[in-house]
Amino acid sequence: MKFLSEYRDQKAAEQLSQAIRQKVARPWIIMEICGGQTHTIVKTGIEDLLPREITLVHGPGCPVCVTPIELIDKAVAIAGRPDVIFCSFGDMLRVPGSSRSLFDVKAEGGDVRIAYSPLDALKLAKSNPEKQVVFFAVGFETTAPANAMSAWQADHDGIENFSLLVSHVLVPPAMEALLSSENCVVQGFLAAGHVCTVMGYEEYLPIAERYKVPIVVTGFEPLDILEGIHMTVSQLEQGRYEVENQYSRAVRREGNRPAQQRIAEVFEIAPRQWRGLGEIPASGFQLRGRFQKYDANRRFPFSGEPARESPECIAGLILQGIKKPHECPAFAVKCTPENPLGAPMVSSEGACAAYYHYGRRQNQPIQPQLSSPASR
Amino acid sequence: MADAKINPFNLSCPVPRVADDRIVLAHGGGGRLTHQLIEKIFIPAFSNAMLEQRHDGAVLPVNGARLAFTTDSFVVRPLIFPGGDIGDLAVNGTVNDLAMCGARPLYLSSGFILEEGLPMETLRTIVTSMQKAAAAAGVKLVTGDTKVVDKGKGDGVFVNTSGIGLIEANVKHSIGPAAVQPGDAVIISGDLGRHGVAILSVREGLEFESEILSDTASLWPAVEALLCAGIDIHCLRDLTRGGLATTLNEIAADRNVCIKLQEALIPVNEVVQGACEILGLDPLYVANEGRFAAIVPAAQADAALDIMKKVPVSCGSARIGSVEETPARTVVLQSRIGGNRVVDMLSGEQLPRIC
Repeated sequence: MKFLSEYRDQKAAEQLSQAIRQKVARPWIIMEICGGQTHTIVKTGIEDLLPREITLVHGPGCPVCVTPIELIDKAVAIAGRPDVIFCSFGDMLRVPGSSRSLFDVKAEGGDVRIAYSPLDALKLAKSNPEKQVVFFAVGFETTAPANAMSAWQADHDGIENFSLLVSHVLVPPAMEALLSSENCVVQGFLAAGHVCTVMGYEEYLPIAERYKVPIVVTGFEPLDILEGIHMTVSQLEQGRYEVENQYSRAVRREGNRPAQQRIAEVFEIAPRQWRGLGEIPASGFQLRGRFQKYDANRRFPFSGEPARESPECIAGLILQGIKKPHECPAFAVKCTPENPLGAPMVSSEGACAAYYHYGRRQNQPIQPQLSSPASR
Repeated sequence: MADAKINPFNLSCPVPRVADDRIVLAHGGGGRLTHQLIEKIFIPAFSNAMLEQRHDGAVLPVNGARLAFTTDSFVVRPLIFPGGDIGDLAVNGTVNDLAMCGARPLYLSSGFILEEGLPMETLRTIVTSMQKAAAAAGVKLVTGDTKVVDKGKGDGVFVNTSGIGLIEANVKHSIGPAAVQPGDAVIISGDLGRHGVAILSVREGLEFESEILSDTASLWPAVEALLCAGIDIHCLRDLTRGGLATTLNEIAADRNVCIKLQEALIPVNEVVQGACEILGLDPLYVANEGRFAAIVPAAQADAALDIMKKVPVSCGSARIGSVEETPARTVVLQSRIGGNRVVDMLSGEQLPRIC
């Protein structure tokens, strides 16, 4: 198939695997940022093609996983209202809040629908003027343009019964938070290709420079990831720390300017809570100015019980790459996709779900590298 | 490297909290929750030797003959979709459950639950396609029932069909997971995912370069050809809800074996693959209504494949893997790039992803 089979070719994969083996001399820990990359890695067994020296750890780039539990509780409360049609990307429906998920609300009779695009939710608002239609606007920079567009379009068409429950997060502040933590084990990054399709990669240049860490913008097919690893390892072995673009078929240095403009028109940067990681300053979007009238937070005041996280869930350590999913005592025992204790077991991009479904072998636990490599 | 040992975790399955106190959609999804429902509610209530076979149909000894008996209910939205409608599905689904027992399908019953306000034209369309599908499969619809429910209490039409078939005399042992042996070959009767993607494309208003049609069809001609040729069929399963992955997991678990697949050998139509990529679905889990897996002795695999390819409904057959001893109760897939992974049973519904 065009643009698919070429990136899943066994011969090319073996060649890249050989090239990585030839290049690597020391142990390295590389983090793939995006949950989509995590799934490709686990689903296609990329770790089978890597030398022992390379450890992949899985980053916080799963929008479902990092959406704070308070917001899930709020979504559950709003979705349970009889005057509301609540729309969400499919992944969010199973994520457990303090006591219930959106699926539970649906089973209890709430009008909860899966939407592929916020613009579909907007259409629903037009055709159901007697209802309030709320879209759960989660995601990284990748989904921001479409969500911004829905608010812009609602404003343009004068649609009042539409609102967004916004939980938008940004990649670069999360990377900085990880890198400045004293527990940080990550020595190189595969940056999230689709985030960079929208935003470009200029904003990663100061991060690579400040933390002396190589960052390679990487795609999502198996060969993309192997090539991204190869480029990262080359930098690490040579002591370089640059931003390179493996995913040049989709990513330009400056990104998608019209999309960025629409985002800037509708959203402003704000501090955000990250589930498992805590509050990170200037790490998300909220609706700005005249678009605040589409903020579901304002439209549906919520005073629920304080949120309760499962004390057994170690999602925070997993999202920082400090632990791997199977190192969690609850993994596959008390925590399963049917009965998840935390969000990473739910989402199709969550690391725990990936390990569960694709049954990865138990790798050795990750130890922080004490001998400081040249690049740090 | 590619042969590295797979050491799966103990995928134990606790009682689900969310799904414990009421029915959720995933209870009907054919995956883990459906199994829990059967094991915890139905089997304890109705327990008997025939039910314990846990097959799609029960095999009943009657006066020296062996009858296969099965039932299936059909709820689908939209009622009419590219390549078929709920009528074809209702006939072919039950015919196929019989065929998977190695039984020649003979007689069907049909129960209709109609919603007040259903256009008569829609019902006519459905009944006409049931008649055509029954004629094509060589079965007679011999008894039926109709109920009408208030508007809003049904989804247009629900159809239940039950069927009786006769197990052919040359079927020596019972066809099912118990007969599966390490060393057997796994064959599927064509490309995967057409029915699920056809339904989804209408439901979600997706358009593709070429229209994907449901694969709904009677599988009996392919089974009949295998039986006539004297192939020692060990197991047959149609790949409906939960798709290939769920079916093979059931067999691996029942028989305590490993089923090893090669991704590069599994046929998936380009447009179906594209739709799955866009929606974040895995074709291994997408429902089919005209595909089955046949597990046969390796020595007869080539012959079986030749026979299946000559029958129109299974002309796209492919040998996709084999049965091995370890790791037991596991389906393992070697990816196109040479890595290995476990193919788990579907948990809950397949959900479209965010980005």
